[in-house]
Amino acid sequence: MQITSFLQDKQLTIALSGEIDHHGAKATLRMVEEKIDQYMPTLCILDFRAVPFMDSSGIAVVIHTLRRMNELGGRLHLTKVPPQPEKVLRAAGIDRIVKLEGRELSHEM
Amino acid sequence: MKCENQMVLEFPSKSINESFARAAAACFAAQLDPTLDELGDIKTAVSEAVTNAIVHGYPDTIGTITLRCRILAGNVLDIVVRDKGRGIENVEQALQPMFTTGGAERSGMGFTIMESFMNELKVTSRPGRGTTVHMKRKIQKRGGQS
Ligand SMILES: Nc1ncnc2c1ncn2[C@@H]1O[C@H](COP(=O)(O)OP(=O)(O)O)[C@@H](O)[C@H]1O
Ligand SMILES: [Mg+2]
Repeated sequence: MQITSFLQDKQLTIALSGEIDHHGAKATLRMVEEKIDQYMPTLCILDFRAVPFMDSSGIAVVIHTLRRMNELGGRLHLTKVPPQPEKVLRAAGIDRIVKLEGRELSHEM
Repeated sequence: MKCENQMVLEFPSKSINESFARAAAACFAAQLDPTLDELGDIKTAVSEAVTNAIVHGYPDTIGTITLRCRILAGNVLDIVVRDKGRGIENVEQALQPMFTTGGAERSGMGFTIMESFMNELKVTSRPGRGTTVHMKRKIQKRGGQS
C-alpha cells in the first residue's frame, strides 16, 4: 500500500494505492492517521481509484478514519471506489454512514 | 456430489499468504469462466476466511492452514478453509454482524461478507481443536462462444 496526499483549503485528499487486506491494513491506517493529524482537515477524501481489491480489513480502515474525522469535527468522503471495494463497503452498510462520490466509470451500464 | 476437479494447498499462517491464497483460489476458479464480479466475490470470501484463520485461529503461533477448492457438478465452486487453531466457543455469536473478539483493526464483518458473497456458508468449530469454513458458490453458465 502506498499513499499520496494533496491539501487544498483544509480539504485533504488521500489517494490509496494497492490491495487492502489484514496484512497491510495497520500500516495503511497509520499512514492515513498521520496525514490527518498533520493537516487537521475539515474534509478528508479517500481516493480509492487505485485500490482494485479490499476485504473487511478495509472497512476497519474507513471506520477508524471516520472516527478520527468526527473527533476533529470534520467529514469523510470516499471517491472513485471500484466495483469490488464498493460491494464490500455496501455489504457492511458503510455507504449509509460515509458518502461515496465520483463513482468509477465501470459502474455505469 | 461428484467432484470434477480439485486442488489442496497448505501454508503457514503468515499474513503475507492472504493475497497468495485468494489469488490461488481465483486462478483455480478461472476454469469455470466466471465474470470479474464473481471472481471478486470468491477472492473476497477466501481472503476473509484465511485472514480469520491467521488472526483468530492462530493468534500467537504460526500454524498450518489448508485451503481446498473443488469443482462440483453444476458449475459449483466448493471452498474449504481449515485451521487447527484455537476454535470458536460460540459459532452462532461469531456469525453476527459486527461481533469481533479482535482488536481495533477488525470490523466484525468477515462472516457477514462471506455469507452475502457466497451461496452457502457453514462453520464448524471445536474450542482448542480448530475451525472449518465451508463455502459454495455457483458460477453462472455464460452462453455463447469460446
Ligand atoms: N478461524 C477462526 N478461529 C477462531 N475464531 C474465529 C475464526 N474465525 C472467526 N473467529 C471468531 O469469529 C469472530 C468474527 O469473525 P469475523 O466476522 O470475520 O470478524 P473479525 O475477523 O473482524 O473479528 C472473530 O472475531 C473471532 O472471534
Ligand atoms: Mg474476519
